[in-house]
Amino acid sequence: MQTQLGSAVFPRLLRRSLSYIPSILYSLHSLLNLFHFFRFLSNSSPQSQKHKEMASPFLSNTIISFSSSLSSSSSLPRLAPSIPFSAIRSKSTPRRILTVRSKIREIFMPALSSTMTEGKIVSWVKSEGDVLSKGESVVVVESDKADMDVETFYDGILAAIVVGEGETALVGAAIGVLAETEDEIAEAKAKAASKSGASTPSAPPPAPTPAAASTPAPPKSTPAPAAPTVAEGPRKTVATPYAKKLAKQHKVDIESVVGTGPYGRITPEDIDAAAGLSPSKKNVGLAVVVETKPAAPAKAPAASAAPSSLPPPVPGSTVVPFTTMQSAVSKNMVESLSVPTFRVGYPVTTDALDALYEKVKPKGVTMTALLAKAAAMALAQHPVVNSSCKDGKSFTYNSNINIAVAVAINGGLITPVLQDADKLDLYLLSQKWKELVEKARAKQLQPQEYNSGTFTLSNLGMFGVDRFDAILPPGQGAIMAVGASKPTVVADADGFFSVKNKMLVNVTADHRIIYGADLAAFLQTFSKIVENAESLTL
Amino acid sequence: MHSTLSFSRATTVPTTNYAFHSQSPINLRFCGLRREAFGISILTRSSSGRVRLSTRGRSKRISASTGNNGTPPKSFDYDLIIIGAGVGGHGAALHAVEKGLKTAIIEGDVVGGTCVNRGCVPSKALLAVSGRMRELQSEHHMKALGLQVSAAGYDRQGVAGHANNIASKIRSNLTNSMKALGVDILTGFGTIVGPQKVKYGKVGFTDNVVTAKDIIIATGSVPFVPKGIEVDGKTVITSDHALKLEFVPDWIAIVGSGYIGLEFSDVYTALGSEVTFIEALDQLMPGFDPEISKLAQRVLINPRKIDYHTGVFATKITPARDGKPVIIELTDAKTKEHKDTLEVDAALIATGRAPFTNGLGLENINVVTQRGFVPVDERMRVIDANGNLVPHLYCIGDANGKMMLAHAASAQGISVVEQVTGRDHVLNHLSVPAACFTHPEISMVGLTEPQAREKAVKEGFEISVAKTSFKANTKALAENEGEGLAKLIYRPDNGEILGVHIFGLHAADLIHEASNAIALGTRIQDIKFAVHAHPTLSEVLDELFKSAKVLDMKTLRKMKS
Repeated sequence: MQTQLGSAVFPRLLRRSLSYIPSILYSLHSLLNLFHFFRFLSNSSPQSQKHKEMASPFLSNTIISFSSSLSSSSSLPRLAPSIPFSAIRSKSTPRRILTVRSKIREIFMPALSSTMTEGKIVSWVKSEGDVLSKGESVVVVESDKADMDVETFYDGILAAIVVGEGETALVGAAIGVLAETEDEIAEAKAKAASKSGASTPSAPPPAPTPAAASTPAPPKSTPAPAAPTVAEGPRKTVATPYAKKLAKQHKVDIESVVGTGPYGRITPEDIDAAAGLSPSKKNVGLAVVVETKPAAPAKAPAASAAPSSLPPPVPGSTVVPFTTMQSAVSKNMVESLSVPTFRVGYPVTTDALDALYEKVKPKGVTMTALLAKAAAMALAQHPVVNSSCKDGKSFTYNSNINIAVAVAINGGLITPVLQDADKLDLYLLSQKWKELVEKARAKQLQPQEYNSGTFTLSNLGMFGVDRFDAILPPGQGAIMAVGASKPTVVADADGFFSVKNKMLVNVTADHRIIYGADLAAFLQTFSKIVENAESLTL
Repeated sequence: MHSTLSFSRATTVPTTNYAFHSQSPINLRFCGLRREAFGISILTRSSSGRVRLSTRGRSKRISASTGNNGTPPKSFDYDLIIIGAGVGGHGAALHAVEKGLKTAIIEGDVVGGTCVNRGCVPSKALLAVSGRMRELQSEHHMKALGLQVSAAGYDRQGVAGHANNIASKIRSNLTNSMKALGVDILTGFGTIVGPQKVKYGKVGFTDNVVTAKDIIIATGSVPFVPKGIEVDGKTVITSDHALKLEFVPDWIAIVGSGYIGLEFSDVYTALGSEVTFIEALDQLMPGFDPEISKLAQRVLINPRKIDYHTGVFATKITPARDGKPVIIELTDAKTKEHKDTLEVDAALIATGRAPFTNGLGLENINVVTQRGFVPVDERMRVIDANGNLVPHLYCIGDANGKMMLAHAASAQGISVVEQVTGRDHVLNHLSVPAACFTHPEISMVGLTEPQAREKAVKEGFEISVAKTSFKANTKALAENEGEGLAKLIYRPDNGEILGVHIFGLHAADLIHEASNAIALGTRIQDIKFAVHAHPTLSEVLDELFKSAKVLDMKTLRKMKS
C-alpha cells in the first residue's frame, strides 16, 4: 500500500485520528468581526453614578462592556483569500507534488495530512542518479501523523536531493529535483544547488508559516535586561516542556519571554500570555511588550525588503505576534477604511433615564439593556439606520433589529447580540444580556450570538469618557458610541439655568446609505425616547 | 478466602513446552533495564569458561562460618526452600505444593516482593487513575461520545491510598494462599551456608539453619541508581518512592524511557505534570520493536506535555535544597562532554533494576555473580565459578536477569519445580509476553522485527511481516479508540510465529492469544481458523493472523525445485 502521488494519499502506517480540527474554526470565526478603535477626544469631569454598574468590572473581571461591533457573516468569505494560493490549489485538485517546469521537475514536500505543515525526510528510497519510473516509491516522509512512502508521478532521473535524510522541509518546499533525461541532470543540479542555498520554499508555504518565523528575532545581542531574578550574567533560559511546545506552536520566540514560574522558568502560561491568548494568572508586570514591528501578515515574502523602511526596534523591545483574534481585528480595521463614514453627535438628557434605572435596577435591569432598548425603539422608526450596504449598489433592509453590544474580554473584543431588541421587554432583554455575557466569558457564544447584529452599541461611559468615536464594523450601517452622563448646566428658552445630566452620543454611519438628515432624525428620536424613559418599560 | 490469584493459575504448563529446546538467550530489555546490566547475565554454558571475575565481588565476609561446609545433610527439613516471597517464589511454592513437596519460603521483607509492593501492582492502580483522567480530560473524545463532563480533578491522597490499598490487599491474598496450602513462611534474610543448607533470621536474633533437598533463589531486584545520582526520596526518587505518590511535581525529569519511565510519564502527565525524558540511547523506548516505538512516540510522547533528551547520561543529579531546584547535569553519551543542565522540580530514576543478591552467601558454594546476577543455565540451575552446575540450587526471576518480569519469574519457578519432581522442563522465554500499561497499552511477545531479521539471516530463512490496524476494528471504533497497530512477524514457509507486537486499546490483554500460540507451537495456518467473538478487540489478532500469507506446499515445492 503505497502512496500514489496525485491521487489519494494513504498512510503506510496508521494515521492518527483527525482529532484536533474543530476548535480552531470556532475561535477564528468568533474573532473575525471584531475591531474597534476609539479616539479619546477628551477626558474629564466626574463621572455620573449612572454607569456605576458597568464600571466595576474593570479590573476584577474579564468582561467590560465597552466598544464595539461586528460584521455579520459577510466577512467570513473574506477570510479565504488570505489562505495562500497553493494551499487552496492543493485542496481543490488532487494533491500534486510534482509540477511541470520545462523538463526538470521539482519534487515538493507533500501535504500528507490536513494538519501537516512540515515533514521530515525519513529516508530516500532512491539515490541521486537513479532512474525512476512512474509509481515507484522515491522517498519516505514522516508527517505529524505517520510515515508514508511517496511515489513519483513521472518517469525520470533523480538528479539531486535537496533535503537530506533526517532533515525537515515545509510543505510545498522542493525536496528533490527530477530530470527527464540525462542531459538535463547538470541543469537540474544547478537548480537544486540554488534551491538548497536559498532554503526558502519555492512554492509559497501554506497558511501557518507566517512572517513570525522568519521575522528577524529581536536583537539577540540584548539578553533580556528585564530578567527579574538577580541574574548572574546571561542567564540560561529555562522553559518547561509544554512551554516549549506552545512556543513552537504559537511561533513565540522563547528567548524573548520572561519566565514567571518557579526559579524564573518559562511556563506554558507565560507563552500563552506572550502569544496574547489568555492572560497568565499570576503576572502583573510581565515584560511582554507588544510593538516594534507591525506584523504584516499580508506580505510575508516581502518581509526581507520591508524592514529598512521601518525604524529599527528599540533595544530590549519584544515582538509579540497577533493572536488570531487580534489578526482578525486588524484585518477588519483595515477593511473598514473602504467605507465612507461620517459622524453625528448629539447631547441627550438622561435625568429620566437615570431615575428609571434606579427604579428597575433591583429587578435586574442593566444600563446596557436600557440603552439597547432605547436604540432599538429608535431604529424601529428609522429603518434606514438599521440597514446596511452590502454591494455598494443597494440598501439591505434588515427585518430584525439586533443590537450588538461591544464587550472587551481579555486579549480581545467580542460583540454579543441582543436579537429583536425592539420586541423584547426590558426584563427579558436584561436576562438575555446576562446570559450572553456569561457565555462570552466562558467562550461559549454561538456564531449566531455574536455575528447577527444589525446595529452596534459601544459604551465607554464607565471610564469617564465623555465622548468618543467608533469605527463602523464592516457589514453594518451604523454604530453608536456612548459617553458618560454628567451633570451639566443648561439654560432653557426662558433663560433659566438648571443642572441636568447630559450624555453625549456619537453615531458613525455609512454615508452610502445613511445621510446626515437620517442620522440626525434618528438621534432626535433616540433622545426623545431617553428623555421619556418610562416608555422603555412598555 | 480468595486465595488463588491469577498468576498462581499459571501452574498448569502446557505439555508441548517440554519439547522445547533451549533457545539461545534473548536479550530483551524489560523493565527498562540497561543493556549493560544485562547481556552478561546468561553466559551460562560456558565454553568461555572462566570469565567470571566478579566486578563487585562480595567481600570475604563469611567463609568459615560453618564447620561442616561441603557435606550435604542426609535427611532434610524440607523438600524445597525458596528464598524470596515475590511473585516468582510464590508461583514456585504453589506449584511445589501441588506436586506434593514440603515447601518453605523465606522472606526478609514483605510477602509479594517488588511486583506487589513496589512495582506492577501499585503502578497499575496509578495507571488506572491516569487512564480515567485522560479520558475525562479529553474534551474531543468525550464530545465524540456525546458525553459532557465538567472539569475532572483528583485528590492526590485518594489516588495514593488506592495504590496502597491494592498492594496490601494483594499482599494478604498471597500470604493467605501460601498459608492455606501449607507453605511455611520463614521470616528473615536467607543465606546459603552450604549445599542444601540455608540459615535465616532477623538482624539481632539467633539464626536458624534449615536444610532442603532443593533450594531456589528468588531474591529479585531493587531499583538501579547510576553513580552520581543522589536519591533523597523526595525530589530525586526511584519507582519505590514514586508509587507512594507523595507529591505531584509541576515538572519531573524521568531518567530512562523503558517500561517504568514510560508508565510513570503516563501517570504524571495525566495528573498535570510536565515531563522531560532523559535517555542514554539515541532513541526513546529502545526495548520495543522500532515501528511500535515510533508509533508509540507519536501517541504517548509528542502530543503530551513531554520533551526529551536522547543520547545523554544524567551524570549528576542533585536534589532540591537551599531554595534551588533539582539540578541535572547531562553528558553526551558518545563524546562524554557536558551537554546541558536541567532545572526541574523532581527527578525519577527509572534506569532499570539491579539484582538483589548481596548477602546470599553464594561464596559459600563458590558462585560468583555477574554484576550481581546469579549465573544460571537454561534450566535455571546455578553455575559456579568453575562453570559447573551447583547441584540442587536454582535461581529464578530478576536475580538471574534472564527476563526481568514478574510472570517470567513465576514461570521459571514452575519450570524448576517440574525438574526437581522428575520432569525435565525448559521454559521458552520467547513465549513470555510483556506489556507496558500506558494509554493505550503496548504489548509484545517473541522477537522484534530487527531481531527476527537477524535470526533469519543467520539461520537462512525468510520472514514476513503482517499488520492490522485498530481502526478497522468495530469494538475499538465503538470505544472511539481506533488508534493502534498489531504487527506479526512470521515465517512464510512454515507459518511459525516469531513475534507479535501490539500497540492499542487493551493490548496487554490481547497479547496472550499470540503468546499461547508460540508456547504451544501453533502455526498461523491453524490458528487462523480459530473463531473470535464479534465485535471484540480480539478480532484485531484474528485479522492479523488471517492477513498473514503462509506459502502452501505447492508453492514451496516449486520454490525448492
